[in-house]
Amino acid sequence: MNQLNFVISIPLVGFLIALMLPKSRIQAIRVFALGISLLVFVASLGLIKPFQYGVGYAFETNIPWIATPPIHYHVAIDGLSLWLVILTTLLTPICVLISWNYIDKRQKEFYAFLLLLEFGLIGVFCALDLFLFYVFWEIALVPMYFLIGIWGYSRRIYAAVKFFLYTMAASVLMLGAIIYLYNRSGTFDYPTILAMLQSGKMVLSSAESLWLFLAFFLAFAVKVPLFPLHTWLPDAHVEAPTAGSVMLASVMLKMGTYGLLRFCLPLFPATARTCASWIIPLAIIGIIYGALVAMVQPNMKKLVAYSSVSHLGFVVLGIFSFTQNGLDGAVYQMLNHGVSTGALFMLVGFLYERRHSLEIADYGGVATPAPNLAKVFMIVMLASIGLPTLNNFVGEYLVLQGASLANFEWAVFAAIGVILSAVYMLWLYQRAFLGKADEELAHHMYDLKAREYFAIVPLIVLMVWMGTFTQSFLQPISATNARILGPIDAKKGVQVKFEQHLSASAQEPSHAR
Amino acid sequence: MNLWLIPIFPFLGFLINGLFGRRFPKQLVNVVAVGSVLLSFLWVVKTISGLGAMETAYIERYFTWIQSGTFNVGVDFAVDRLTAIVLLVVTGVGLLIHTYAIGYMAHEGGYYRFFAYLNLFMFFMLILVLASNFLLLFVGWEGVGLCSYLLVGFYFTEKFATDAGNKAFIVNRIGDFGFTLAMFLIVKHFGSLDFGKVFTQAADPANSAVPFVAICMLLLLGATGKSAQIPLYVWLPDAMAGPTPVSALIHAATMVTAGVYMIARSSVLFTHAPVAMDWVAAIGMATAFFAATIGMAQTDIKKVFAYSTVSQLGYMFAGVGVGAFSAGVFHLMTHAFFKALLFLGAGSVIHALSGEQDLRQMGGLAKKIPITCITLFCGGVAIAGLPFTSGAASKDLILEAAYARSPILYWIGLITAFMTAFYVFRALFLAFFGKYRGDKHPHEAPFVMWAPLAVLALLSLAGGFLSVPHWLEPMFPEKEMNVGPLITYLPFAAGFLGIALAYLFYVAKPSLSESAKNSMGWLYNLIYHKYFIDEAYNFAVVNPLIQGSRSVLWRGMDAGLIDGIVNGVGRRSRGIGNILKLLQSGSIRNYAAWVVFGSVILLIAIGLSGGPR
Repeated sequence: MNQLNFVISIPLVGFLIALMLPKSRIQAIRVFALGISLLVFVASLGLIKPFQYGVGYAFETNIPWIATPPIHYHVAIDGLSLWLVILTTLLTPICVLISWNYIDKRQKEFYAFLLLLEFGLIGVFCALDLFLFYVFWEIALVPMYFLIGIWGYSRRIYAAVKFFLYTMAASVLMLGAIIYLYNRSGTFDYPTILAMLQSGKMVLSSAESLWLFLAFFLAFAVKVPLFPLHTWLPDAHVEAPTAGSVMLASVMLKMGTYGLLRFCLPLFPATARTCASWIIPLAIIGIIYGALVAMVQPNMKKLVAYSSVSHLGFVVLGIFSFTQNGLDGAVYQMLNHGVSTGALFMLVGFLYERRHSLEIADYGGVATPAPNLAKVFMIVMLASIGLPTLNNFVGEYLVLQGASLANFEWAVFAAIGVILSAVYMLWLYQRAFLGKADEELAHHMYDLKAREYFAIVPLIVLMVWMGTFTQSFLQPISATNARILGPIDAKKGVQVKFEQHLSASAQEPSHAR
Repeated sequence: MNLWLIPIFPFLGFLINGLFGRRFPKQLVNVVAVGSVLLSFLWVVKTISGLGAMETAYIERYFTWIQSGTFNVGVDFAVDRLTAIVLLVVTGVGLLIHTYAIGYMAHEGGYYRFFAYLNLFMFFMLILVLASNFLLLFVGWEGVGLCSYLLVGFYFTEKFATDAGNKAFIVNRIGDFGFTLAMFLIVKHFGSLDFGKVFTQAADPANSAVPFVAICMLLLLGATGKSAQIPLYVWLPDAMAGPTPVSALIHAATMVTAGVYMIARSSVLFTHAPVAMDWVAAIGMATAFFAATIGMAQTDIKKVFAYSTVSQLGYMFAGVGVGAFSAGVFHLMTHAFFKALLFLGAGSVIHALSGEQDLRQMGGLAKKIPITCITLFCGGVAIAGLPFTSGAASKDLILEAAYARSPILYWIGLITAFMTAFYVFRALFLAFFGKYRGDKHPHEAPFVMWAPLAVLALLSLAGGFLSVPHWLEPMFPEKEMNVGPLITYLPFAAGFLGIALAYLFYVAKPSLSESAKNSMGWLYNLIYHKYFIDEAYNFAVVNPLIQGSRSVLWRGMDAGLIDGIVNGVGRRSRGIGNILKLLQSGSIRNYAAWVVFGSVILLIAIGLSGGPR
């Protein structure tokens, strides 16, 4: 059993054991969940090593699971999934920490679901069998539904059902597409299907490609979420408990963008390119629209949720720019958003635990009674609005540069989102943390506690690390993206050469360095 | 040469004071904060003396920051003749202002926080200056903006201060929007952001198809944000909400000149875009004139100097815009001396009056705080451009170059010079002459405060003898200018005239100023209210954006249209939902069973549909 299988299976084992623990031993359950998730995290760090030398898939396992139809347990990771897996394993123990006192009922089920969620998410990022991917996809959906529905706020049922229906409706389409592909190719094995398509062994008509692409795309676009499919997100976030919001924003949304990169682009390169003409406008609308709506939210969690719509718009823009910079930036931005928005939701959760309100108007002047909380929020906010030397800047910059190389106007419009991000975040900070604290607030507010430091400091270290020593993360990502882009560009290359031949004045940009 | 040591000293100062300063005694905070800047200054001096003539840029490469495809950005520092001057100004003036702040901030809360931010500012400013590619310059560029935000909003319980901080950050973001887009175009056409590579290629005639004008106009947008030029100058006057040493260091001597530095740094690009150069000059001179008019009617001593800074930055823009890059940089340096002096002097006045900033509450302070008075008048004659002062040396070079480009620019600049002398001396006369109109008990500043004033006063008077244009000659070849003696000497006359008029209005016959004010009431009112530009921006941009987002996008589009459709579909499917409810027992074992069950059904369906072909 290789390292990856260990990382995948331990959360499942943990989930099963957690179910057997006695309900009343709350402390034991918490410690167990923390221990298991830390174990998974440490084990997942062992996955990094092969990527220092640049490999394709690593830690591959391919064994038959069901004979007919032939479904395999086929898992592996590459530069695209590596950091997403580690992001998941890092955030799970952090979520245990922030739920420690916050979750005050049915603790056993809560931590069990958290581990099941981790299992599903890791599986999604590793599965190379389409059916297995779908199974993991659905497994991840279930615990999140319960996290919102059981431990959420007052309108939790509405939010949970909305979340479930939105994503379920879309993923059924994906399942249809998977089955269709299976019927055409005779296998669920993704690398095999891809090889068949690329070698010309299997040819999809343009209509087939379009419908299959749309089916996959819709499932992923709902998850991202891409405008106008985003309205489940603010409700889900507002009603979810803190840990639910963190996992939802940081990892679950990335299932969508991961799917786009892993499946939509390589399987249907030509269709994806054609559809970019309407996908990119939607992404750009999402960037600006999300930011503008975030700006006028009176509820902190909703504000952060809408900011996610804006940030994820950048990711989609990068992916569909079909440039190396754009793809690299998109993947980097997926991680960045995971780290910084996860941290934002945690901090909002910390505030809620003190003041028991999510309304911005109930705050003001927090910096006086809780200076360190204010400082930490400041750093996270700066990361979120893309201050250079912190993580988001690198991703945003690369995405925008990639977009500008493809079409300069895209970058012009999308960059407006960068201005607006400063507007809504600074305004939030001013209203919540600055000014004079009233008595009510001063009475409730206290500074960060040790457990909270343990949860937030790793993320802050990551923000600085990812922002300055970018190469330690970007290298495997870039190598994998080059592999994704290679075959796509090769097809397009013929056309490009022809165009260059036609226009004598066309200038090859010189890549000196 | 270990250039990295230059910014790293203040960064360490920031870390130490930021993390532990709360528990430190004030003396220790001082040692860390001032000591780190002193070390940085000494290392700059050592580096520059070690490098000697600096015929070419000296470059140190540390590590690759971002590598994506063929795009590569490194953390690389470079020092050439231009960098050397700015480094000396930043660390030298920075050191003086840090020292001064020990005295000024002595009775303020958040002492360690103030010095931590100030050190962080030095770090980013030095990154900006040392950077050897556009992206690293941008790191410093955004970083100093952050520190400006933090320090403007230093008194964070006051709404006006935090409003001013937000305004500074956001308006700068609009400028940075332009800067970023310029970088994209540079990458597109040169494949790199490295100064060396970009400028070598730009100079190559083979690259004449590059859209230099677009690149430079976008860079100019960035510069107008950071350097407070029309149309983005509005944040700087508000930024005076920060403590006065901040106004001196960030909003006068160093950060706001970054736009000028950036344009001078990119001179190769700008010389290929004459249209953009004309825009730089026009915006610069227009800002110089416009801000000077506002400066004439302000009653807050810091606001007077703030508009004066905007105006003087306009001169620098005009200088680099007409191709006199070395004159622009020269004025950057002399302005750092006399404007830092004016602000610190104003701070000393405010300190003496326990926080009073209104000129109408001052008067007769010359006898009570004589050192402050003398040094401030040194700064006054320098900015007024009286002969042999530093201000005269650099401003006259700019005006001469402007005349050679277009006489109109020169005449506007000349009138501005007259207004400058008038409003600065108006402020000085109101503060120091006549009778004391306030009710405080003025006291002279302590040694740590007046010593920096004295040094800056000396530099303001004699700084013009440092022959910066000559030193920059290899980078920015000087054009021969024959403008005739009249053009050269008229600015002196303008300076004297302005001072004389101010003396007449505010010392000799104060009633004259009142009657002048009354006879031109509407004009005075317009200027006093800064042409209502802030109100216009709020009316045309800010309010529509907020109201539109709230009522149209959020309530209309999101909650109304999209969710309306979603919930409509949801209601239709409630019938199905009721059936599904039976399945939702909430127990995980049941649920897992349903997932397995569903999967089995699907597999059967696949089998029935014919399986693999």
